[in-house]
Amino acid sequence: MGTRMSEDGRPLPVPNPTTAPFFDAAREGRLRLQRCPRDGLFFYPRSRCPGCLGDDWSWEDVSGRGSLHAFTVDRVGHDPALTRDVPFAIAVVELEEGPRMTARMVDCGLDDLRVGMPVEATFETLEDVPLVRFRPRQVERLPIGGA
Amino acid sequence: MGKREAAIAGLAEWAPQRRWDRPMFSMEAAAELAALALADADIEHGEVDGLVTGPVFESPMFAPSALAEYLGVRANFAEVVDLGRGLAGGHGLESGGGHRGGSLRHGPRRLHDRAPAAAALAWRRSGSRPRAHSRLPGGDAWGSPQGQFELPSGLVAATPSFALIASRYLARFPTAPETLAKIAVHERENAAHNPKAIFRNEPITIEDVLSSRMVADPLKLLEVVMPCFGGGAVIVTRSDRAGRGPHRPVFVSGYGERLTHKSITYAPDLVETPTRVASERAFQMAGVARSDVDVALPYDCYTITVLLTLEDAGFCKKGDGGVFLEDHDLRHDGDFPLNTHGGQLGMGQAGLAGGLSHVTEAVLQIQGRGGERQVRSCDVAYVNGTGGMMAEQVALILEGA
Repeated sequence: MGTRMSEDGRPLPVPNPTTAPFFDAAREGRLRLQRCPRDGLFFYPRSRCPGCLGDDWSWEDVSGRGSLHAFTVDRVGHDPALTRDVPFAIAVVELEEGPRMTARMVDCGLDDLRVGMPVEATFETLEDVPLVRFRPRQVERLPIGGA
Repeated sequence: MGKREAAIAGLAEWAPQRRWDRPMFSMEAAAELAALALADADIEHGEVDGLVTGPVFESPMFAPSALAEYLGVRANFAEVVDLGRGLAGGHGLESGGGHRGGSLRHGPRRLHDRAPAAAALAWRRSGSRPRAHSRLPGGDAWGSPQGQFELPSGLVAATPSFALIASRYLARFPTAPETLAKIAVHERENAAHNPKAIFRNEPITIEDVLSSRMVADPLKLLEVVMPCFGGGAVIVTRSDRAGRGPHRPVFVSGYGERLTHKSITYAPDLVETPTRVASERAFQMAGVARSDVDVALPYDCYTITVLLTLEDAGFCKKGDGGVFLEDHDLRHDGDFPLNTHGGQLGMGQAGLAGGLSHVTEAVLQIQGRGGERQVRSCDVAYVNGTGGMMAEQVALILEGA
């Protein structure tokens, strides 16, 4: 399976040789994507670039910053393994560098989620498997009204 | 007008049920449905020389020959089409009509002189509960991207995926919840006139939809299809052979299909669906205008699916779907009859046969067999099928002879 269940029944990714560098970086708290010299960054990890099928890509760390492109709150748990987690938020994040990825939202109020809000990657480890999550990101604001 | 070489001559459709009282294997179901559909078309078993089917669960490998053998068909072509419920929404018809992809060039050969017929079958056997080995839509094995990059997030099913689509749409194009709820309400009213609809005796109101349980924000329970059991089949044949049958032939005069992604995460745009390209091709091929359509049968796994499909099929502009829905009456006797069988929201989603129900309803309406829900003077139908996460999309234009 491309996934397995943790001891407490949560779905976990099972890396393969192509995707292992992504998970190795995530284990160190870094978000790492592939860059094609012609088509730019892409996600998820592939053996060849989905823009041109070239294989001369390289790995590159990205900021982990992005915005909430879409989200939902799963209220029922669409799998028995997930019912203990409900309600939980799933986010499609558009990274500052362009690619989209889907991950669980953490450290957030479920009623505070808004499409377009700034988010950043954070990392959790479960049974030695690194999991990418996203959380709201504080954006520095200029003081309003002047001193 | 468009392609008129192939026509649908007959059909079979079981009423969807929450519990199936006649346990049977896929091939047994195929045999039952084929016999019913051939009788409806008044075509002899010996005339059949092609098969198009969804998965054959008990014989997944070499399924076409397994089915040909079981049904006693000497087939000149046979295919298992893996397009989710998009298959049932018409892909099978394209194949059966000899129109699909490479077979477009070979259409006449496929539809050879011996009055061929093809049964496009769809059948659901499993229950509504996902089995352990198919926890991802499509069932992923080691190495699958979804298994590594989606499942661990908790995105394991269609409902949260379509909820993500709805979230994005509503952020870009604010739409009142009542407007989306109207789809479910009007489809349920149509279902009240379909003796086979699972919810025929359970009318709902806008307020019922809005107060139903939140499943995955912003989708509520009454905006979500209910999986159930059922099955369906259609007979596709040469137009002249169909013309000798008991029913008005229904031409497959336009079709299109489009696929760009599996997971909604990687859709080129969450709210611009592949239906746009598929539908434009279908309308162009048929030489039919949107205003010519007498009944629209868009796939409706969720209310949001209908809204996006109406826009991308070109019945209104992107972003205007809400206004379009507010302006039109979607009931069978309304000014824009939509999913007159009740849709899958009102009739039940019987696996792949749920998608096929949009085809069979189009045929029944064009043949004047709609009973209480018959649309007045129905000649042209738009049908759409969606497989996966707004991923595998098919559009058809069906026209009466």
